[in-house]
Amino acid sequence: MTREEIKDVILEIIADIDEEAEFDQLDANAPLRDQLDLDSMDFLDIVMELRKRYKLQIPEDEYPELATLTSCVNYLEPKLKDV
Amino acid sequence: MQYTPLDRLEARYDVVVVGSGLGGLTCANRLAGAGHRVLLLEHHFQLGGLATWFKRGGHIFDVSLHGFPYGMVKTCKKYWGPAIRDSIVQLKNIVFDNPQFSLTTTFSKDDFIRILQERFAVPAAVVTEFFATVDGMNFYDDQSLSTRELFTRYFPGRSDIHRLLMEPITYANGSTLDEPAITYGIVFSNFMNRGVFTFEGGTDKLIGLMAEEMQKNGVTICTNARVDHILIEHNKACGVMVGNKTIAAKAVVSNAGITNTIDEMVGQEQFAADFLDRFKNVQVNNSSCQVYFGIRRGETIADIGDLLFTSTAEEFSSEEMRRMDTKSRTFSVYYPKTRPQSVPDYTIVASMNANYDDWAELDSESYRQAKEAMIERCFDDLERYVPGIRGKVDTIESATPRTFQRYTLHTKGTSFGTKFEGLDISRSLHREIHGLFHVGSVGIIMSGWLGAINYGVIVANDVDGYVRG
Repeated sequence: MTREEIKDVILEIIADIDEEAEFDQLDANAPLRDQLDLDSMDFLDIVMELRKRYKLQIPEDEYPELATLTSCVNYLEPKLKDV
Repeated sequence: MQYTPLDRLEARYDVVVVGSGLGGLTCANRLAGAGHRVLLLEHHFQLGGLATWFKRGGHIFDVSLHGFPYGMVKTCKKYWGPAIRDSIVQLKNIVFDNPQFSLTTTFSKDDFIRILQERFAVPAAVVTEFFATVDGMNFYDDQSLSTRELFTRYFPGRSDIHRLLMEPITYANGSTLDEPAITYGIVFSNFMNRGVFTFEGGTDKLIGLMAEEMQKNGVTICTNARVDHILIEHNKACGVMVGNKTIAAKAVVSNAGITNTIDEMVGQEQFAADFLDRFKNVQVNNSSCQVYFGIRRGETIADIGDLLFTSTAEEFSSEEMRRMDTKSRTFSVYYPKTRPQSVPDYTIVASMNANYDDWAELDSESYRQAKEAMIERCFDDLERYVPGIRGKVDTIESATPRTFQRYTLHTKGTSFGTKFEGLDISRSLHREIHGLFHVGSVGIIMSGWLGAINYGVIVANDVDGYVRG
Protein backbone atom coordinates (compact mmCIF):
# COMPACT_ATOMS: atom_id res chain seq x y z
CA MET A 1 0.00 0.00 0.00
CA THR A 2 1.12 3.54 -0.67
CA ARG A 3 1.37 6.15 2.07
CA GLU A 4 -1.74 7.79 0.65
CA GLU A 5 -3.70 4.52 0.75
CA ILE A 6 -2.64 3.85 4.31
CA LYS A 7 -3.79 7.32 5.31
CA ASP A 8 -7.18 6.69 3.70
CA VAL A 9 -7.53 3.38 5.53
CA ILE A 10 -6.83 5.01 8.88
CA LEU A 11 -9.34 7.78 8.23
CA GLU A 12 -11.90 5.24 7.06
CA ILE A 13 -11.48 3.21 10.25
CA ILE A 14 -11.79 6.34 12.38
CA ALA A 15 -14.93 7.37 10.47
CA ASP A 16 -16.44 3.97 11.28
CA ILE A 17 -15.66 4.49 14.96
CA ASP A 18 -16.97 8.04 15.07
CA GLU A 19 -19.32 9.04 12.27
CA GLU A 20 -19.20 12.67 13.41
CA ALA A 21 -15.42 12.95 13.01
CA GLU A 22 -14.42 15.94 10.83
CA PHE A 23 -11.22 15.50 8.84
CA ASP A 24 -11.11 18.82 6.94
CA GLN A 25 -8.98 20.68 9.45
CA LEU A 26 -6.95 17.66 10.55
CA ASP A 27 -3.26 18.37 11.20
CA ALA A 28 -1.45 15.16 10.24
CA ASN A 29 1.39 15.90 12.64
CA ALA A 30 -0.69 16.66 15.72
CA PRO A 31 -2.16 14.00 18.04
CA LEU A 32 -5.37 12.45 16.69
CA ARG A 33 -6.61 12.10 20.27
CA ASP A 34 -6.80 15.88 20.77
CA GLN A 35 -8.24 16.76 17.39
CA LEU A 36 -10.88 14.05 17.06
CA ASP A 37 -11.82 13.42 20.66
CA LEU A 38 -10.50 9.85 20.49
CA ASP A 39 -9.90 7.98 23.73
CA SER A 40 -7.80 4.91 24.50
CA MET A 41 -10.76 2.63 23.71
CA ASP A 42 -10.93 4.14 20.21
CA PHE A 43 -7.26 3.34 19.62
CA LEU A 44 -7.97 -0.22 20.69
CA ASP A 45 -10.71 -0.34 18.05
CA ILE A 46 -8.22 0.84 15.42
CA VAL A 47 -5.75 -1.87 16.46
CA MET A 48 -8.42 -4.58 16.32
CA GLU A 49 -9.66 -3.41 12.91
CA LEU A 50 -6.13 -3.39 11.46
CA ARG A 51 -5.65 -6.92 12.73
CA LYS A 52 -8.93 -8.02 11.19
CA ARG A 53 -8.20 -6.46 7.81
CA TYR A 54 -4.49 -7.14 7.39
CA LYS A 55 -3.66 -9.77 10.06
CA LEU A 56 -1.44 -7.09 11.55
CA GLN A 57 -0.40 -7.65 15.18
CA ILE A 58 0.44 -4.42 16.97
CA PRO A 59 1.94 -5.05 20.42
CA GLU A 60 0.58 -2.93 23.27
CA ASP A 61 3.86 -1.09 23.81
CA GLU A 62 3.76 0.13 20.21
CA TYR A 63 0.30 1.72 20.47
CA PRO A 64 1.92 5.17 20.92
CA GLU A 65 3.13 4.87 17.30
CA LEU A 66 -0.49 5.51 16.31
CA ALA A 67 -0.60 8.94 17.96
CA THR A 68 -0.70 11.14 14.82
CA LEU A 69 -1.79 10.45 11.28
CA THR A 70 1.82 10.84 10.07
CA SER A 71 3.18 8.52 12.76
CA CYS A 72 0.51 5.95 11.85
CA VAL A 73 1.59 6.04 8.20
CA ASN A 74 5.29 5.88 9.11
CA TYR A 75 4.69 2.93 11.41
CA LEU A 76 2.37 1.02 9.07
CA GLU A 77 4.18 1.65 5.77
CA PRO A 78 6.78 -1.14 6.09
CA LYS A 79 4.20 -3.50 7.62
CA LEU A 80 1.70 -3.00 4.79
CA LYS A 81 4.07 -2.69 1.88
CA ASP A 82 3.03 -6.05 0.42
CA VAL A 83 -0.69 -5.58 0.92
CA MET B 1 -35.70 -15.86 23.35
CA GLN B 2 -34.58 -19.26 22.10
CA TYR B 3 -31.05 -20.20 23.07
CA THR B 4 -29.21 -23.36 22.10
CA PRO B 5 -29.71 -26.29 24.49
CA LEU B 6 -26.60 -27.95 25.90
CA ASP B 7 -27.09 -31.19 23.95
CA ARG B 8 -27.21 -29.29 20.65
CA LEU B 9 -23.86 -27.55 21.07
CA GLU B 10 -21.05 -28.32 18.73
CA ALA B 11 -17.88 -30.05 19.87
CA ARG B 12 -15.59 -27.15 19.07
CA TYR B 13 -15.66 -23.34 18.94
CA ASP B 14 -13.00 -20.70 18.42
CA VAL B 15 -13.75 -19.08 21.78
CA VAL B 16 -15.81 -20.15 24.78
CA VAL B 17 -16.95 -17.34 27.09
CA VAL B 18 -17.88 -18.56 30.56
CA GLY B 19 -20.44 -16.27 32.18
CA SER B 20 -22.72 -13.58 30.83
CA GLY B 21 -22.12 -10.51 32.94
CA LEU B 22 -21.81 -7.31 30.95
CA GLY B 23 -18.09 -8.00 30.44
CA GLY B 24 -18.73 -11.52 29.15
CA LEU B 25 -21.58 -10.41 26.89
CA THR B 26 -19.52 -7.60 25.38
CA CYS B 27 -16.47 -9.77 24.88
CA ALA B 28 -18.56 -12.49 23.19
CA ASN B 29 -20.29 -9.98 20.95
CA ARG B 30 -17.05 -8.25 19.94
CA LEU B 31 -15.35 -11.54 19.12
CA ALA B 32 -18.28 -12.79 17.06
CA GLY B 33 -18.34 -9.44 15.25
CA ALA B 34 -14.66 -9.93 14.45
CA GLY B 35 -15.50 -13.23 12.75
CA HIS B 36 -14.80 -15.82 15.46
CA ARG B 37 -17.12 -18.70 16.30
CA VAL B 38 -18.15 -17.93 19.87
CA LEU B 39 -20.02 -19.97 22.47
CA LEU B 40 -21.40 -18.15 25.53
CA LEU B 41 -22.18 -20.36 28.53
CA GLU B 42 -24.21 -19.10 31.50
CA HIS B 43 -25.06 -21.10 34.62
CA HIS B 44 -28.24 -19.12 35.36
CA PHE B 45 -31.38 -19.24 33.22
CA GLN B 46 -31.08 -15.52 32.55
CA LEU B 47 -28.25 -13.53 30.95
CA GLY B 48 -26.69 -10.44 32.53
CA GLY B 49 -24.82 -11.56 35.64
CA LEU B 50 -25.41 -8.85 38.22
CA ALA B 51 -27.01 -6.68 35.53
CA THR B 52 -30.19 -8.49 36.31
CA TRP B 53 -33.86 -8.17 37.23
CA PHE B 54 -36.61 -10.32 38.62
CA LYS B 55 -40.40 -10.34 38.64
CA ARG B 56 -42.39 -10.47 41.85
CA GLY B 57 -46.01 -9.58 42.61
CA GLY B 58 -46.58 -8.07 39.17
CA HIS B 59 -43.53 -5.78 39.47
CA ILE B 60 -40.17 -5.91 37.74
CA PHE B 61 -37.25 -5.18 40.08
CA ASP B 62 -33.91 -3.98 38.72
CA VAL B 63 -30.99 -5.23 40.79
CA SER B 64 -28.11 -3.03 39.61
CA LEU B 65 -29.66 -0.35 37.40
CA HIS B 66 -28.84 2.50 39.77
CA GLY B 67 -27.12 4.91 37.42
CA PHE B 68 -24.01 4.84 35.26
CA PRO B 69 -21.71 7.53 33.79
CA TYR B 70 -22.28 9.34 30.49
CA GLY B 71 -19.45 7.32 28.93
CA MET B 72 -22.01 4.54 28.43
CA VAL B 73 -23.49 6.49 25.53
CA LYS B 74 -20.34 6.26 23.43
CA THR B 75 -19.47 2.78 24.64
CA CYS B 76 -22.94 1.38 23.85
CA LYS B 77 -23.07 3.08 20.48
CA LYS B 78 -19.71 1.65 19.45
CA TYR B 79 -20.03 -1.85 20.85
CA TRP B 80 -23.78 -2.52 21.03
CA GLY B 81 -25.36 -0.33 18.38
CA PRO B 82 -27.61 2.70 18.20
CA ALA B 83 -30.80 1.03 19.51
CA ILE B 84 -29.18 0.48 22.89
CA ARG B 85 -27.48 3.88 22.89
CA ASP B 86 -30.76 5.64 22.15
CA SER B 87 -32.41 4.33 25.32
CA ILE B 88 -29.87 5.95 27.64
CA VAL B 89 -31.42 8.84 29.55
CA GLN B 90 -30.24 11.10 32.36
CA LEU B 91 -31.33 10.77 35.99
CA LYS B 92 -31.45 14.39 37.03
CA ASN B 93 -32.27 14.29 40.72
CA ILE B 94 -29.58 12.79 42.87
CA VAL B 95 -30.28 13.37 46.57
CA PHE B 96 -27.96 13.35 49.57
CA ASP B 97 -29.55 13.31 53.00
CA ASN B 98 -27.49 12.81 56.15
CA PRO B 99 -26.81 14.61 59.45
CA GLN B 100 -24.09 16.70 57.81
CA PHE B 101 -25.98 17.98 54.75
CA SER B 102 -29.07 17.54 52.59
CA LEU B 103 -28.99 18.54 48.94
CA THR B 104 -30.12 17.64 45.44
CA THR B 105 -27.67 17.57 42.55
CA THR B 106 -27.28 16.38 38.98
CA PHE B 107 -24.00 14.79 40.16
CA SER B 108 -22.17 16.55 37.34
CA LYS B 109 -18.96 18.52 37.45
CA ASP B 110 -20.58 21.93 36.99
CA ASP B 111 -23.02 21.25 39.77
CA PHE B 112 -20.38 19.87 42.13
CA ILE B 113 -18.15 22.88 41.52
CA ARG B 114 -21.09 25.12 42.40
CA ILE B 115 -22.07 23.08 45.47
CA LEU B 116 -18.54 22.89 46.84
CA GLN B 117 -18.27 26.67 46.67
CA GLU B 118 -21.80 27.69 47.71
CA ARG B 119 -22.70 25.02 50.24
CA PHE B 120 -19.31 24.00 51.54
CA ALA B 121 -17.55 27.38 51.23
CA VAL B 122 -14.50 26.01 49.44
CA PRO B 123 -12.49 28.66 47.53
CA ALA B 124 -12.87 28.37 43.75
CA ALA B 125 -9.15 27.84 43.25
CA VAL B 126 -9.12 24.79 45.53
CA VAL B 127 -12.14 23.27 43.79
CA THR B 128 -10.56 23.85 40.39
CA GLU B 129 -7.29 22.30 41.45
CA PHE B 130 -9.01 19.28 42.99
CA PHE B 131 -10.93 18.61 39.78
CA ALA B 132 -7.83 19.11 37.65
CA THR B 133 -6.03 16.55 39.81
CA VAL B 134 -8.72 13.85 39.71
CA ASP B 135 -9.47 14.43 36.01
CA GLY B 136 -5.81 14.01 35.19
CA MET B 137 -5.41 10.73 37.09
CA ASN B 138 -4.79 7.62 35.07
CA PHE B 139 -3.81 4.06 35.55
CA TYR B 140 -0.10 4.58 35.02
CA ASP B 141 0.21 7.24 37.74
CA ASP B 142 1.66 6.79 41.18
CA GLN B 143 -0.45 4.32 43.12
CA SER B 144 0.88 5.04 46.58
CA LEU B 145 -1.36 8.04 47.29
CA SER B 146 -4.58 6.94 49.01
CA THR B 147 -7.97 8.57 48.54
CA ARG B 148 -7.85 9.62 52.20
CA GLU B 149 -4.57 11.45 51.55
CA LEU B 150 -6.01 13.03 48.42
CA PHE B 151 -9.01 14.37 50.36
CA THR B 152 -6.86 15.54 53.25
CA ARG B 153 -4.65 17.45 50.85
CA TYR B 154 -7.52 19.47 49.37
CA PHE B 155 -10.15 19.44 52.11
CA PRO B 156 -8.36 18.92 55.46
CA GLY B 157 -10.66 18.25 58.40
CA ARG B 158 -13.77 18.46 56.22
CA SER B 159 -15.49 15.13 56.91
CA ASP B 160 -18.64 16.58 55.32
CA ILE B 161 -16.87 17.08 51.98
CA HIS B 162 -15.17 13.70 52.24
CA ARG B 163 -18.65 12.21 52.60
CA LEU B 164 -20.04 14.11 49.60
CA LEU B 165 -17.16 12.94 47.43
CA MET B 166 -16.79 9.40 48.71
CA GLU B 167 -20.16 7.99 49.75
CA PRO B 168 -21.53 7.51 46.20
CA ILE B 169 -18.32 5.83 45.07
CA THR B 170 -18.35 3.48 48.04
CA TYR B 171 -21.83 2.38 46.99
CA ALA B 172 -20.78 2.18 43.35
CA ASN B 173 -17.76 -0.06 43.79
CA GLY B 174 -17.21 -0.91 47.45
CA SER B 175 -14.07 1.18 47.72
CA THR B 176 -12.84 2.86 50.90
CA LEU B 177 -10.66 5.86 51.71
CA ASP B 178 -7.67 3.54 51.89
CA GLU B 179 -7.76 2.50 48.23
CA PRO B 180 -5.27 4.04 45.74
CA ALA B 181 -6.43 7.57 44.88
CA ILE B 182 -6.20 6.82 41.16
CA THR B 183 -9.06 4.32 41.48
CA TYR B 184 -11.13 7.08 43.02
CA GLY B 185 -10.05 9.67 40.46
CA ILE B 186 -10.84 7.48 37.46
CA VAL B 187 -14.31 6.43 38.65
CA PHE B 188 -15.32 9.81 40.09
CA SER B 189 -14.24 11.67 36.92
CA ASN B 190 -16.31 9.29 34.80
CA PHE B 191 -19.43 10.27 36.70
CA MET B 192 -18.53 13.94 36.94
CA ASN B 193 -18.36 14.18 33.16
CA ARG B 194 -22.09 14.76 32.68
CA GLY B 195 -23.94 13.19 35.57
CA VAL B 196 -25.82 9.96 36.11
CA PHE B 197 -27.63 8.04 33.40
CA THR B 198 -29.95 5.06 33.20
CA PHE B 199 -31.40 2.70 30.65
CA GLU B 200 -34.97 3.50 29.72
CA GLY B 201 -36.93 0.27 29.43
CA GLY B 202 -35.12 -1.40 32.33
CA THR B 203 -32.46 -4.08 32.64
CA ASP B 204 -34.69 -6.69 30.99
CA LYS B 205 -34.93 -4.60 27.83
CA LEU B 206 -31.19 -3.92 27.77
CA ILE B 207 -30.20 -7.56 28.15
CA GLY B 208 -32.87 -8.60 25.63
CA LEU B 209 -31.45 -6.18 23.06
CA MET B 210 -27.94 -7.41 23.77
CA ALA B 211 -29.03 -11.03 23.29
CA GLU B 212 -30.61 -10.09 19.93
CA GLU B 213 -27.44 -8.31 18.86
CA MET B 214 -25.29 -11.30 19.83
CA GLN B 215 -27.49 -13.70 17.92
CA LYS B 216 -27.32 -11.41 14.90
CA ASN B 217 -23.54 -11.57 15.14
CA GLY B 218 -23.63 -15.35 15.43
CA VAL B 219 -22.85 -15.97 19.11
CA THR B 220 -24.17 -19.35 20.25
CA ILE B 221 -25.85 -18.77 23.61
CA CYS B 222 -26.48 -21.56 26.09
CA THR B 223 -28.01 -20.89 29.53
CA ASN B 224 -28.44 -23.28 32.48
CA ALA B 225 -24.94 -24.48 31.64
CA ARG B 226 -22.51 -24.33 34.54
CA VAL B 227 -18.88 -24.78 33.61
CA ASP B 228 -17.15 -26.99 36.16
CA HIS B 229 -13.66 -26.97 34.68
CA ILE B 230 -11.57 -25.03 32.25
CA LEU B 231 -9.34 -27.57 30.52
CA ILE B 232 -5.61 -26.91 30.36
CA GLU B 233 -3.11 -28.94 28.36
CA HIS B 234 0.58 -28.12 28.13
CA ASN B 235 -0.01 -24.76 29.77
CA LYS B 236 -2.65 -23.89 27.24
CA ALA B 237 -6.41 -23.51 27.62
CA CYS B 238 -8.14 -25.94 25.26
CA GLY B 239 -11.78 -26.07 26.30
CA VAL B 240 -14.31 -26.40 29.09
CA MET B 241 -16.29 -29.09 30.86
CA VAL B 242 -19.98 -28.61 31.50
CA GLY B 243 -21.12 -31.59 33.54
CA ASN B 244 -19.84 -34.56 31.53
CA LYS B 245 -19.69 -32.65 28.27
CA THR B 246 -16.39 -31.43 26.89
CA ILE B 247 -16.31 -28.49 24.51
CA ALA B 248 -13.04 -27.66 22.77
CA ALA B 249 -11.87 -24.11 22.08
CA LYS B 250 -8.79 -22.22 20.97
CA ALA B 251 -9.32 -19.74 23.80
CA VAL B 252 -11.43 -19.58 26.96
CA VAL B 253 -12.61 -16.31 28.46
CA SER B 254 -13.78 -16.54 32.04
CA ASN B 255 -16.34 -13.98 33.12
CA ALA B 256 -16.62 -15.78 36.45
CA GLY B 257 -14.96 -14.13 39.44
CA ILE B 258 -11.18 -14.09 39.14
CA THR B 259 -10.87 -16.05 42.39
CA ASN B 260 -13.46 -18.60 41.22
CA THR B 261 -11.62 -18.93 37.94
CA ILE B 262 -8.22 -19.66 39.47
CA ASP B 263 -9.28 -21.62 42.55
CA GLU B 264 -12.17 -23.64 41.19
CA MET B 265 -12.38 -23.76 37.42
CA VAL B 266 -8.69 -23.97 36.53
CA GLY B 267 -7.11 -25.03 39.81
CA GLN B 268 -4.09 -23.47 41.50
CA GLU B 269 -1.90 -26.43 40.48
CA GLN B 270 -1.85 -25.10 36.92
CA PHE B 271 -0.07 -21.89 37.91
CA ALA B 272 3.52 -21.00 38.66
CA ALA B 273 4.54 -20.26 42.23
CA ASP B 274 5.37 -16.57 41.68
CA PHE B 275 1.97 -15.97 40.12
CA LEU B 276 0.27 -17.67 43.06
CA ASP B 277 2.31 -15.46 45.40
CA ARG B 278 0.78 -12.41 43.78
CA PHE B 279 -2.66 -14.02 43.62
CA LYS B 280 -2.54 -14.67 47.37
CA ASN B 281 -2.79 -10.93 47.97
CA VAL B 282 -6.01 -10.51 46.02
CA GLN B 283 -8.84 -9.37 48.25
CA VAL B 284 -12.40 -9.75 47.09
CA ASN B 285 -14.59 -6.73 47.59
CA ASN B 286 -17.60 -6.58 49.89
CA SER B 287 -21.03 -7.90 49.04
CA SER B 288 -24.43 -6.22 49.25
CA CYS B 289 -27.88 -6.36 50.75
CA GLN B 290 -30.98 -5.11 49.03
CA VAL B 291 -34.63 -4.68 49.92
CA TYR B 292 -37.14 -4.40 47.09
CA PHE B 293 -40.46 -2.62 47.52
CA GLY B 294 -43.28 -2.85 44.98
CA ILE B 295 -45.95 -0.13 45.20
CA ARG B 296 -49.55 -1.33 44.91
CA ARG B 297 -50.99 -0.79 41.45
CA GLY B 298 -52.97 2.44 41.28
CA GLU B 299 -50.97 4.03 44.13
CA THR B 300 -48.51 6.75 43.24
CA ILE B 301 -45.57 8.29 45.02
CA ALA B 302 -44.35 11.85 44.66
CA ASP B 303 -41.05 12.59 42.90
CA ILE B 304 -38.55 12.26 45.74
CA GLY B 305 -35.51 11.97 43.47
CA ASP B 306 -34.08 9.17 41.34
CA LEU B 307 -31.22 8.03 43.53
CA LEU B 308 -31.01 8.91 47.21
CA PHE B 309 -27.84 8.58 49.27
CA THR B 310 -29.24 8.48 52.77
CA SER B 311 -27.65 7.99 56.14
CA THR B 312 -28.36 8.79 59.75
CA ALA B 313 -24.76 7.97 60.74
CA GLU B 314 -22.94 11.06 62.01
CA GLU B 315 -20.03 10.76 59.58
CA PHE B 316 -18.98 8.76 56.53
CA SER B 317 -17.47 5.40 57.34
CA SER B 318 -17.15 2.61 54.79
CA GLU B 319 -16.95 0.19 57.72
CA GLU B 320 -20.24 1.47 59.13
CA MET B 321 -21.75 1.12 55.68
CA ARG B 322 -20.99 -2.63 55.62
CA ARG B 323 -22.43 -3.41 59.06
CA MET B 324 -25.58 -5.53 59.25
CA ASP B 325 -27.35 -2.71 61.09
CA THR B 326 -25.92 0.08 58.93
CA LYS B 327 -27.74 3.39 59.00
CA SER B 328 -26.58 4.11 55.45
CA ARG B 329 -28.39 3.03 52.31
CA THR B 330 -29.28 4.18 48.84
CA PHE B 331 -32.80 4.24 47.53
CA SER B 332 -33.14 3.79 43.79
CA VAL B 333 -36.62 4.94 42.89
CA TYR B 334 -38.16 3.60 39.69
CA TYR B 335 -41.09 5.67 38.45
CA PRO B 336 -43.32 4.77 35.48
CA LYS B 337 -40.79 6.63 33.27
CA THR B 338 -38.39 3.68 33.82
CA ARG B 339 -40.57 1.49 31.60
CA PRO B 340 -42.70 3.94 29.64
CA GLN B 341 -44.14 1.18 27.41
CA SER B 342 -45.48 -0.82 30.36
CA VAL B 343 -48.38 -0.39 32.78
CA PRO B 344 -47.36 2.43 35.18
CA ASP B 345 -45.43 0.93 38.07
CA TYR B 346 -43.42 2.24 41.00
CA THR B 347 -40.70 0.26 42.70
CA ILE B 348 -38.04 1.24 45.23
CA VAL B 349 -34.81 -0.65 45.79
CA ALA B 350 -32.81 -0.04 48.95
CA SER B 351 -29.15 -1.04 48.60
CA MET B 352 -26.55 -1.48 51.29
CA ASN B 353 -22.98 -2.66 51.33
CA ALA B 354 -22.41 -5.79 53.41
CA ASN B 355 -19.81 -8.25 54.65
CA TYR B 356 -20.41 -11.81 53.48
CA ASP B 357 -19.04 -13.28 56.71
CA ASP B 358 -21.61 -11.45 58.86
CA TRP B 359 -24.42 -13.23 57.05
CA ALA B 360 -22.85 -16.53 56.01
CA GLU B 361 -22.87 -18.30 59.36
CA LEU B 362 -26.38 -17.45 60.56
CA ASP B 363 -28.71 -20.38 61.20
CA SER B 364 -31.98 -20.25 59.33
CA GLU B 365 -33.97 -18.63 62.15
CA SER B 366 -31.35 -15.93 62.83
CA TYR B 367 -31.06 -15.33 59.10
CA ARG B 368 -34.82 -14.86 58.79
CA GLN B 369 -34.84 -12.45 61.73
CA ALA B 370 -31.88 -10.48 60.40
CA LYS B 371 -33.64 -10.03 57.07
CA GLU B 372 -36.86 -8.92 58.81
CA ALA B 373 -34.93 -6.38 60.87
CA MET B 374 -33.21 -5.07 57.75
CA ILE B 375 -36.55 -4.63 55.99
CA GLU B 376 -37.91 -2.73 58.98
CA ARG B 377 -34.90 -0.37 59.04
CA CYS B 378 -35.43 0.33 55.35
CA PHE B 379 -39.13 1.03 55.94
CA ASP B 380 -38.27 3.42 58.79
CA ASP B 381 -35.85 5.36 56.62
CA LEU B 382 -38.14 5.35 53.61
CA GLU B 383 -41.02 6.70 55.71
CA ARG B 384 -39.14 10.02 55.92
CA TYR B 385 -39.24 10.39 52.14
CA VAL B 386 -42.51 8.63 51.33
CA PRO B 387 -44.92 9.14 54.26
CA GLY B 388 -47.27 6.18 54.65
CA ILE B 389 -44.99 3.90 52.62
CA ARG B 390 -46.02 0.81 54.59
CA GLY B 391 -49.60 1.23 53.37
CA LYS B 392 -48.56 1.65 49.75
CA VAL B 393 -46.37 -1.43 49.39
CA ASP B 394 -47.81 -4.73 48.21
CA THR B 395 -44.59 -6.64 47.51
CA ILE B 396 -41.41 -6.94 49.58
CA GLU B 397 -38.36 -9.03 48.80
CA SER B 398 -34.85 -8.96 50.21
CA ALA B 399 -31.38 -10.10 49.22
CA THR B 400 -28.28 -10.63 51.33
CA PRO B 401 -24.68 -11.60 50.53
CA ARG B 402 -25.91 -15.20 50.53
CA THR B 403 -28.35 -14.33 47.75
CA PHE B 404 -25.62 -12.61 45.72
CA GLN B 405 -23.38 -15.62 46.21
CA ARG B 406 -26.09 -18.02 45.07
CA TYR B 407 -26.87 -16.17 41.83
CA THR B 408 -23.38 -15.04 40.81
CA LEU B 409 -21.38 -17.88 42.43
CA HIS B 410 -18.81 -15.20 43.31
CA THR B 411 -16.42 -15.89 46.17
CA LYS B 412 -18.00 -14.42 49.30
CA GLY B 413 -20.82 -13.04 47.17
CA THR B 414 -18.69 -10.09 46.10
CA SER B 415 -20.70 -7.44 44.26
CA PHE B 416 -17.71 -5.46 43.02
CA GLY B 417 -15.08 -8.04 42.14
CA THR B 418 -11.74 -7.44 43.78
CA LYS B 419 -9.64 -4.67 45.24
CA PHE B 420 -6.94 -3.02 43.12
CA GLU B 421 -4.44 -5.90 43.07
CA GLY B 422 -6.96 -8.15 41.28
CA LEU B 423 -6.57 -6.15 38.08
CA ASP B 424 -2.97 -7.23 37.54
CA ILE B 425 -3.92 -10.88 38.12
CA SER B 426 -6.82 -10.64 35.69
CA ARG B 427 -4.68 -8.90 33.05
CA SER B 428 -1.76 -11.31 33.36
CA LEU B 429 -3.73 -14.56 33.40
CA HIS B 430 -3.13 -15.13 29.67
CA ARG B 431 0.59 -14.75 30.13
CA GLU B 432 0.53 -17.59 32.67
CA ILE B 433 -1.69 -19.93 30.70
CA HIS B 434 -1.92 -19.35 26.98
CA GLY B 435 -5.42 -18.85 25.66
CA LEU B 436 -6.92 -18.28 29.12
CA PHE B 437 -8.42 -14.84 29.65
CA HIS B 438 -10.43 -13.17 32.36
CA VAL B 439 -13.01 -10.43 32.08
CA GLY B 440 -15.09 -9.17 34.97
CA SER B 441 -15.11 -6.79 37.90
CA VAL B 442 -11.57 -6.35 39.14
CA GLY B 443 -9.35 -3.64 40.55
CA ILE B 444 -12.19 -1.23 41.39
CA ILE B 445 -11.76 0.64 38.10
CA MET B 446 -12.93 -2.25 35.92
CA SER B 447 -16.23 -2.35 37.74
CA GLY B 448 -19.75 -1.09 37.31
CA TRP B 449 -21.66 -1.28 34.05
CA LEU B 450 -19.34 1.00 32.08
CA GLY B 451 -16.16 -0.54 33.49
CA ALA B 452 -17.41 -4.07 32.77
CA ILE B 453 -18.38 -3.31 29.17
CA ASN B 454 -15.13 -1.49 28.41
CA TYR B 455 -13.13 -4.29 29.97
CA GLY B 456 -15.01 -6.72 27.72
CA VAL B 457 -13.75 -4.76 24.72
CA ILE B 458 -10.17 -4.67 26.00
CA VAL B 459 -10.13 -8.42 26.62
CA ALA B 460 -11.79 -9.13 23.25
CA ASN B 461 -8.83 -7.37 21.63
CA ASP B 462 -6.39 -9.60 23.57
CA VAL B 463 -8.31 -12.75 22.61
CA ASP B 464 -8.57 -11.71 18.97
CA GLY B 465 -4.81 -11.10 18.88
CA TYR B 466 -4.16 -14.51 20.41
CA VAL B 467 -6.53 -16.49 18.20
CA ARG B 468 -5.26 -14.81 15.03
CA GLY B 469 -1.62 -14.98 16.18
